[in-house]
Amino acid sequence: MARMKFLCDADRCIECNACVTACKNEHEVPWGINRRRVVTINDGKPGERSVSMACMHCTDAPCAAVCPVSCFYTTVDKVVLHSKDLCIGCGYCFYACPFGAPQYPKVGNFGSRGKMDKCTYCAGGPEADFSTVEYEKYGRNRLAEGKLPLCAEMCSTKSLLAGDGDVIASIYKERVMKRGYGSGAWGWKTAYKEPAAI
Amino acid sequence: MSTWIKSLAAALAIIFASAMLPAAAQYNNFNPTREAVSEDALLKALKSGDTLSGRITIPDPKAASLIQPQGQDWRNFHEKQLPTIGAISILGMIAALVLFYVIRGKIRIDHGFSGQTITRFASLDRFTHWLTAGCFIILALSGLNISFGRWVVMPLFGAEAFATVSGYGKLAHNYLAFPFMLGLALMFLLWVKDNIPNAVDVNWLKQGGGIFKKGVHPPAKRFNAGQKGVFWLVIVGGIVMSVSGWYLLFPYTVADGVAGLQLWTTIHAVLAVLFVAAMFAHAYIGSVGMEGAFDAMGTGEVDLNWAKEHHSLWVDEEQAKGKTPAVPPRAMPAE
Repeated sequence: MARMKFLCDADRCIECNACVTACKNEHEVPWGINRRRVVTINDGKPGERSVSMACMHCTDAPCAAVCPVSCFYTTVDKVVLHSKDLCIGCGYCFYACPFGAPQYPKVGNFGSRGKMDKCTYCAGGPEADFSTVEYEKYGRNRLAEGKLPLCAEMCSTKSLLAGDGDVIASIYKERVMKRGYGSGAWGWKTAYKEPAAI
Repeated sequence: MSTWIKSLAAALAIIFASAMLPAAAQYNNFNPTREAVSEDALLKALKSGDTLSGRITIPDPKAASLIQPQGQDWRNFHEKQLPTIGAISILGMIAALVLFYVIRGKIRIDHGFSGQTITRFASLDRFTHWLTAGCFIILALSGLNISFGRWVVMPLFGAEAFATVSGYGKLAHNYLAFPFMLGLALMFLLWVKDNIPNAVDVNWLKQGGGIFKKGVHPPAKRFNAGQKGVFWLVIVGGIVMSVSGWYLLFPYTVADGVAGLQLWTTIHAVLAVLFVAAMFAHAYIGSVGMEGAFDAMGTGEVDLNWAKEHHSLWVDEEQAKGKTPAVPPRAMPAE
């Protein structure tokens, strides 16, 4: 079984934010919620790099570890999903998540954050595949259609890779070998407890 | 152009060039394509509590944080430290109380019920106590549920029912905080004057409050040293719980950023389990642990013999004020 991962090759990312836009459009993500974002490190300094970041679908996910109502589950593809029916909007997953992935529809005074929303790896939620209710709560289920996450699929420089962890790691390794450098698979050590082998 | 302007321009050019030189030299052999910021180096250079952040083009400032390693510490706190602290303090307290009950038994009124009572707490006192206590119980249950319910309660009822109840629990927790704070304020105003520590307390503490020995009753005024301890614990603990609670109710205001919220949830949770443990002891001695004690917060009228044994100086004061027992002696049947 595949172990789905994201890998952002920061040496290729041109900070076009198309992944962010595509994600918002594909899933009709409401205002104020960003399932994916591009962060530029050392902006304006030599060696700056931009990294496209979303939920990394961690191994032993911190969000799932702290959720008071156990609303998270891991699919057979090792995608970390959650149930908005169970979520009580406590905000704990945001405190624990290393990548700032969990998003909330409201500001959150008096604990009124609303149901948490995050990257689903374009894999929907616990509802029946392709159902209206699944789309409304979690967005498109591309994985069930046999497609990979849209952010990675449409990345113009193929900086953002999605797919089986071993496959995308070998693609990245090949690139690094060929061009002779690589700033690393950002977040891999944190999310998967191991860097992408070069 | 006059010569002085020329020389000024030349001087400026030299200053400008020399200012630029070090910067240029610094990056002389730098290949910005090949050499990049490295995640490892950046994470190593991070000070504790800092996040690996950059520039973003979306308006949410929280999104600028790319990786926050301290989330792992917070997770560990929730998964390991908090359950440990909670289990030791709360289960330990319950075990200690059971042991105390087994060894010492219920603390009886040595001279038995006199049949005469004296007013200990007026209705406002009792209202304040039960307002605070009622809120505290619901706050404690919903708080413990958020922290440990998934391990203790969820297996009993299933995920859906548990999530629904926890959702209501969260609402109750958020809104009952306010009457709880009102109760704290009233409590402080009503009872602070009788809770200032003094010499009587030293003697009371020296004799262990008479808790461990039958028939020992060190003198005490309206509140003994133990009760004063509970009072100040509730006031100080309650204030810290309230302040941290406010910060959590209004995230990203005073508690700035995710690090601030992590810190305040930690403080809120640790203090909460200690608070709950302490209140178990308070509830025990005020009910099953001591004969005649519950009446103080029940009807407000305590038996005169109970009052004389536990609050001798207070009874003297009350009687000096001319407040004789509220109820005339009951006619006792001859035995």
